[in-house]
Amino acid sequence: MDRDIKISIRNLYKIFGPIPDVALAYVRRGMGKAELLEKHNHVLGLQDINVDMREGEITVIMGLSGSGKSTLIRHLNRLIEPTAGEIEVDGKNVLNFDEDGLRKLRREQMSMVFQKFALLPHKTVLENAGMALLVRGHTVRDFEDEAKKWLARVGLEGNENQYPHQLSGGMQQRVGIARALASNSPVMLMDEAFSALDPLIRSDMQDLLLELQEELKKTVVFITHDLDEALKLADHLVILKDGHIVQQGEPQEILMHPNDPYITDFISDINRARVLRVRSVMAKTTEPPADCAGDISDRDNLESVIARSEGDTDLVYRVVKKGNQVGILEMKELVKALVPVDASEGDNRSRY
Amino acid sequence: MATYDFVFSSLGLEDWCSDGQSDAPMSMAALLQKTKGTDAEAESLWDLPFPSMDALNESCAAFPKSRELTKGLEEGFLSIKDSLSVVLDPLTQPLSWFLDGTLYGMLNTPWWIVIPALLAVVFVVTKSWKLVGFVAGSLVLLAFIDYYQYAMETLSIIFVCAFLCVLLGVPIGIAMSRSDMMQRLTIPVLDMLQTLPPFVYLIPLIFLFSVTESKLYGIAIILYAIVPVIRLTNLGIRLVDKDVIEAADAFGMTSQQKLFKVQIPLALPNIMAGVNQTIMMSLAMVVIASLVSAPGLGVLVLQGIRNLELGVGLVAGLGIVILAVILDRVTKASLARINASQKQ
Ligand SMILES: Nc1ncnc2c1ncn2[C@@H]1O[C@H](COP(=O)(O)OP(=O)(O)O)[C@@H](O)[C@H]1O
Ligand SMILES: [Mg+2]
Repeated sequence: MDRDIKISIRNLYKIFGPIPDVALAYVRRGMGKAELLEKHNHVLGLQDINVDMREGEITVIMGLSGSGKSTLIRHLNRLIEPTAGEIEVDGKNVLNFDEDGLRKLRREQMSMVFQKFALLPHKTVLENAGMALLVRGHTVRDFEDEAKKWLARVGLEGNENQYPHQLSGGMQQRVGIARALASNSPVMLMDEAFSALDPLIRSDMQDLLLELQEELKKTVVFITHDLDEALKLADHLVILKDGHIVQQGEPQEILMHPNDPYITDFISDINRARVLRVRSVMAKTTEPPADCAGDISDRDNLESVIARSEGDTDLVYRVVKKGNQVGILEMKELVKALVPVDASEGDNRSRY
Repeated sequence: MATYDFVFSSLGLEDWCSDGQSDAPMSMAALLQKTKGTDAEAESLWDLPFPSMDALNESCAAFPKSRELTKGLEEGFLSIKDSLSVVLDPLTQPLSWFLDGTLYGMLNTPWWIVIPALLAVVFVVTKSWKLVGFVAGSLVLLAFIDYYQYAMETLSIIFVCAFLCVLLGVPIGIAMSRSDMMQRLTIPVLDMLQTLPPFVYLIPLIFLFSVTESKLYGIAIILYAIVPVIRLTNLGIRLVDKDVIEAADAFGMTSQQKLFKVQIPLALPNIMAGVNQTIMMSLAMVVIASLVSAPGLGVLVLQGIRNLELGVGLVAGLGIVILAVILDRVTKASLARINASQKQ
């Protein structure tokens, strides 16, 4: 984790209502979302948000509906203006940009994928994919090759001349992704991009995203209300509740050390064997185990290890990373890790 | 003595009233009453007149009658008319030229060019041979019964007026959709234009412009028919999917790119529905406007009424129905084509 910070959000507040500045003073003095709404009729959208998003990572923002996820992601390209705080992209404060600067940022730095696809219904798939280039003043002839390339990359070869309504939801979102990729911007914002899709297609799309990410190394900000999706995609996970961050960090870390009952609730239903990785439960040591049952990778999930051990809890495995031992895993420890942990006000509440 | 004498006496206004009495001519009703010698005192409460201008005038001659109000309005209008004409005349003159030119062109081009040209237009906008056949049949029928010229006059006027309605109405609708203030100011005007009976428009126009000029009926038709295209342009743009607008913003479109590449294309089905209504309302008004010398089938209807020529009136009416059906079908078919191409 030593990549550069691409986007940095500092002390961000957003309050919806006629006089947000006054409401902000109340919030800073500790008034909560419900009270603010009831007494002053302002909606507390975001409260003291601090997140660093690293270059080439997928930062997932997760929370229930109404927790402020969409509001947060729309601050990054200033589709929503903050009430207070700073947003820096590559060290430059986005809030100081004038109209031209902002337009440049949206055209060249950030692309966006939407929950409801938001394709242009009167344009072909090809024209939609090339929208970012069209906006920059290129003609269809100019961007045809580029758009075709990205459409092919997301699996839509041969659909170029169809219209969005002729495609299924999953295919439409592939166009949405191709549109974002074709803009060639280093940052990709995805607001519940897969939430409208069927589970199977959704899983395909997640795989597609990971595959693309492997190759393109974009800075992705991904929003979801689905924990499984978050755990599958996240390098860095931010959990929002009522407009404030409850916990953020490495997903495995959050699973092993939740710091809030809210998160404990959240993670109590998931299949821990499938999402926990060996590296999160192993004992770190380079001492070879006495009675080694074999080698496993630090990135294997516990489910695969259980399958391999055939349920024998006496075994001990050697954990290797790139050929070198990084730890050992006793099956007993593994089984213990399958029991959900209670919230602890542990040391990992630290901000990133 | 009249009923409301007491009002003026109690206010101490008798002097002012009698000032007016001396030279005020006696109204017809008062004369009649005098000659009959009816007794005003015998009125019961049942006959109590409303204290209107005329009733008060009976008690006090200096009080204005209702006709004086309308006369005042008339004079006021006439006194500003000249200065208004100085501004409006040159401004609207192109409309006369446009109308006269189109009428001249339509009527002086031989029928064997005009009819195929019209059919070609129908085909281009609807891509439907069936509709082309229907229009061809209708036009041939109208021509056969010697109503070709009238029908073409009516059509020319509709084309010009509907074209101008779109030319003016779409930008107004766009402006309305972009500013709530503009919308608040414009809607009452549109409501008024739409609720005023068409005959009422004609009155101030007759005073402002001469009846011999074609712009008189042109303006009447445009004022009446422009409302739907404005309303539906505004509505259509406001109804464009918020998500798509957001995507346009997120990809850094300028507001001009957004307008021409997203908002107008997506509002097109609504705008076209407005154009359809505008054309239909132009047709309705061009018939009424024959009262102020608009040529076309309306003239025949008028002739039918004036001279009690039942047949002429009925056949002209039938011609209007045929034109209405043609215009409606053709615009609806092109609307359906647009709709089909942008299904969500
Ligand atoms: N334009 C707005 N005006 C007032 N309240 C808003 C507005 N946009 C969002 N909100 C409120 O802010 C909160 C967060 O909304 P949102 O960011 O859309 O949540 P999420 O995307 O997590 O479902 C909600 O309570 C919502 O009602
Ligand atoms: Mg949302």
